[in-house]
Amino acid sequence: MLTILFDGIAYGMLLFILAVGLAITMGLMNFINLAHGAFAMVGGYLTVILMQRMGVPFLWCLPLAFLGTAALGGLLEVTLYRRMYAKPHLDQVLFSIGLTFMAVASADYFMGSTQQIIQLPDSLKGRTEWFDGALGMGHYRLFIIAICAALTVALQLVLSKTRFGSRLRAAVDDQRVAAGLGINVNIVFLLTFAVGSGLAGLGGALGAEVLGLEPSFPFKFMVYFLIVVAVGGTSSITGPLLAALLLGVADVAGKYYMPKMGAFTVYALMIGLLLWRPQGLFSRGGKS
Amino acid sequence: MSTLQLVQQSLRNDHRMRWWEPLIWVLAFASPLLLPSHALLVSEIAITALFAMSLDLILGYTGIVSLGHAAFFGMGAYAAALFAKLVMPDPITGLIFATILATGFGAICSLTIMRGTDLTRLMVTLGVGLICLEIANKLDWLTGGADGLQGVIMAPVLGRFEFGLDGKAAAWYALSVALVFFLIMRRWVHSPYGGSLELLRDNRLRASAVGVNVHQRLAVSYTLAAGVAGAAGAVLAQTTGFASLDLFAIDRSADLMLMLVIGGTGWLWGGIAGAIVFKLMHAVISGITPQYWTFWIGLFLVVLVLVGRDTLLKPQSWFGRSQS
Repeated sequence: MLTILFDGIAYGMLLFILAVGLAITMGLMNFINLAHGAFAMVGGYLTVILMQRMGVPFLWCLPLAFLGTAALGGLLEVTLYRRMYAKPHLDQVLFSIGLTFMAVASADYFMGSTQQIIQLPDSLKGRTEWFDGALGMGHYRLFIIAICAALTVALQLVLSKTRFGSRLRAAVDDQRVAAGLGINVNIVFLLTFAVGSGLAGLGGALGAEVLGLEPSFPFKFMVYFLIVVAVGGTSSITGPLLAALLLGVADVAGKYYMPKMGAFTVYALMIGLLLWRPQGLFSRGGKS
Repeated sequence: MSTLQLVQQSLRNDHRMRWWEPLIWVLAFASPLLLPSHALLVSEIAITALFAMSLDLILGYTGIVSLGHAAFFGMGAYAAALFAKLVMPDPITGLIFATILATGFGAICSLTIMRGTDLTRLMVTLGVGLICLEIANKLDWLTGGADGLQGVIMAPVLGRFEFGLDGKAAAWYALSVALVFFLIMRRWVHSPYGGSLELLRDNRLRASAVGVNVHQRLAVSYTLAAGVAGAAGAVLAQTTGFASLDLFAIDRSADLMLMLVIGGTGWLWGGIAGAIVFKLMHAVISGITPQYWTFWIGLFLVVLVLVGRDTLLKPQSWFGRSQS
């Protein structure tokens, strides 16, 4: 029971790190980016390449995956994404689905369609049992929770305390007035998009062992990221965090207690929540 | 002329059958004879075109972005296949049964698309599609689960035309169904009621201000679109004698949206043109690189959106003024 809760929280934390970039992009630029999962996949494959072909230790791969994906995200933002912000939603959906198709086919071409395996270092492999086995904690999952919790706190601090955070929030609320006050909105958006993609890449690297890394990754998990964002709302990062934890626990518990139902629980929960609160569970409401 | 007459005149102009429209249908019906080896492709295109037109009813005419339209397609397919297997093998009765079932399901689902933003609708339609996929997967005693529903044997159409191996009867059957639904939808979107749907797409606030019942119209067009999609699925299941889980897949909904965008949204011929171009493109590219053809489709999508949907598809605008 406690073990399920623990696994669910670890899974939810991972989903949050994967999806937070998407939440920011959607809330910030009102941009529906279905290609977010592709960035996560890039992070995962970067880790695999670094570890298997160059022998970089796992812990060093994580920051490298973050930086590499962030660079890629920044590059794409400047060249492609920036032109899409003002287009209608249908165009954005088509564009990002197109990018995802390309990413999936490229991953298939360069890396093969088999599932990639990541060798964890021995220090992260163990498992600790508490309360006579009522609570079993895998060390790797503890590690994931620790990293994600630290990142969440850091993100929250950056958004609420720093000058960059206040610029970002100003740009979210009213882009034109923010630009008029001398904030370089383009740079703010570029940095935010890059960091969001980088976090997705980091999540992909962390999650490669838990979620399974293969070329169809972006399509498989896109739905989950979108659920997190749609249910959590895009106005803060606490909303997506709670939504991700809820989703993680519901998914793990659903698979454990009702294996016959499969992913049914999660989808039904999502539709129910969205019908009840179309703007997301924790939104300020009214904004459309 | 009074204003009323002018309005009627303009509606009639839109509605008038162009000279090339019957010509294309005649060509389509002749194609199984002209290209006997491609009869299967013809029926596939007819089914896809019907499916694309049904999506156009909601995407092009009322402006709802849906990623779960395949739910109704798959539902129609399974309904027709199961009807043939368990109740009676007559194709027409099965088609009607599947259409009614999908219409009813669409009416229920239309309640879910009323509220929220584009993102909410996208997610809810996607979720409905995924739930249908899960249900079809888990009810394996009825649907065959991941193996698909096999062993569907159809009776001859109207007691006469048997679905043979050459696929000619199947192609004509699919074309006839597509034609019937095309005529119904054509009549419908050119009626004053259909005109009010475009009003919903362009300015929903203003539509409700002039007294158009927005929710009722959204519900009606979503329901109709679901019914037509169900009919398309039913024809597919009947002509191939098979229904499988990938009928519900997201890629199918995404492909469909792509077709509609290629052909142009907001007119029924867009769905037909898109289906033809897409299927031919698929056939050619997957002949060259069977495994990686999605890459080229993706590239095409990205370029299409970057250049602008309207610009790319109207070659006459390429050499005119540059973008304003």
